[in-house]
Amino acid sequence: MCLGIPGEILEVRDDNGVRVGKVRFAGITREVCLEYVPEAMPGEFVVVHVGFAISRIDAEEAARAYRLLEELGQTAELTADVPESDHDP
Amino acid sequence: MKYLDEYRNREIAAALTEQIGRAVTRPWVLMEVCGGQTHSIVRYGIDRMLPPAIELVHGPGCPVCVTSLEMIDRAHAIAQRPGVIFTSFGDMLRVPGSCGDLLTLKGRGADVRVVYSPLDAVRIARENPARKVVFFGIGFETTAPANAMALFQARKLGVKNFSMLVSHVLVPPSIAAILQAPGNRVQAFLGPGHVCAVMGYREYESLSAHYRVPIVITGFEPVDLLEGILMAVRQLEAGRAQVENQYVRAVTREGNCAARNLIFEVFEVGDRKWRGVGAIPKSGYRIAYEYRDHDAERLFEVDEIDTHEPPECISGLILRGLKKPCDCPAFGKRCTPQNPLGATMVSAEGACAAYYQYGRYLDTGNPGDRSAGAGAR
Ligand code: SF4
Repeated sequence: MCLGIPGEILEVRDDNGVRVGKVRFAGITREVCLEYVPEAMPGEFVVVHVGFAISRIDAEEAARAYRLLEELGQTAELTADVPESDHDP
Repeated sequence: MKYLDEYRNREIAAALTEQIGRAVTRPWVLMEVCGGQTHSIVRYGIDRMLPPAIELVHGPGCPVCVTSLEMIDRAHAIAQRPGVIFTSFGDMLRVPGSCGDLLTLKGRGADVRVVYSPLDAVRIARENPARKVVFFGIGFETTAPANAMALFQARKLGVKNFSMLVSHVLVPPSIAAILQAPGNRVQAFLGPGHVCAVMGYREYESLSAHYRVPIVITGFEPVDLLEGILMAVRQLEAGRAQVENQYVRAVTREGNCAARNLIFEVFEVGDRKWRGVGAIPKSGYRIAYEYRDHDAERLFEVDEIDTHEPPECISGLILRGLKKPCDCPAFGKRCTPQNPLGATMVSAEGACAAYYQYGRYLDTGNPGDRSAGAGAR
């Protein structure tokens, strides 16, 4: 939870006055709060901590960082709340 | 493409290691603060690539590990109350309290749910108006923006049945506590890159000046860590003590202002007890007065808690950089990730878990292991 996980913004919308969006992390897509990166747009990459984008990052860096986090076993939070049967068929 | 990239990284890593070798003239002890950095160091064997004169010790930067036993027992007491839905990050489920963990309580019928984001807990509260939904808000400055937003939203939308049990910890006061502690060996710090992406590094400047200690804000990739180590060693060798930023691609001096502003609206700084370390003044966030209606600590009165810590666990010494996991007699024997005695073995970011995951228990007792007897140096 301390290392942010980079992902790509797919879409941005307003939810009760909060800026949220869909962010894709490799094969997983999650709803993420974009309130702290007001200028980030679809197609851009952001670093996400527990469902909140904290900073922007470039695509190449994002890909490298994601791969390392996977190797370190630090991407588990993305699927932690999904019951066993729902992921990894 | 991937091969090229890795090849290039290996070349850079070799060049950095060589430069570190040339820069160092005497022994130095460096601490990386962040648990993610610890994992990267152990995973890629960075500590073993360095000249023997440089020793890396692992810091307290795992929020799961340092959440106090009292707080965990309090969480367990609240989770068992009738009508409560207790929500938490997945990392906290298996952390041992005085009697068992959250997963055990769930097995006994408590409504414990893992959420990805604290906003999910607010949503659960809105969907279950008759229940009391409590979120276990732990973490360093990296999770504070998320927890702050959940409290802000709950108050704004009038979600009265949502509350948070807050046990936030802060990095700068823990660095100060390590430097002040008798027997401290740490001479320079690799600062936590992702924490500083949120908070910036102004606070670290006064720390560095006051204690005359180099602090290099560093990323978590192997090349980042090696470069951070090189920058710290150069400062030490030159007798300098400054804050330097290795992780410029993610960290600015100011940090993320929008996130910081909301943190200071919702939280205030207070004293905090750290597991294994003890109380550190002004080292945590607690819920500000305006948000008291969402403060689980106030809403759920929990009786005096009698805590029990396994006596053989030395995680407190490990978290302060005084010992390493291999120095613990239980490590890899009575204490494993399947059967953890202490929090540093449970969490994905804990030093004991990192050492275990990458096979370092095989080294215990090996005279070539540099961590053995390190305390005597
Ligand atoms: S190996 Fe287990 S018992 Fe030993 S310090 Fe680590 S967590 Fe505690």
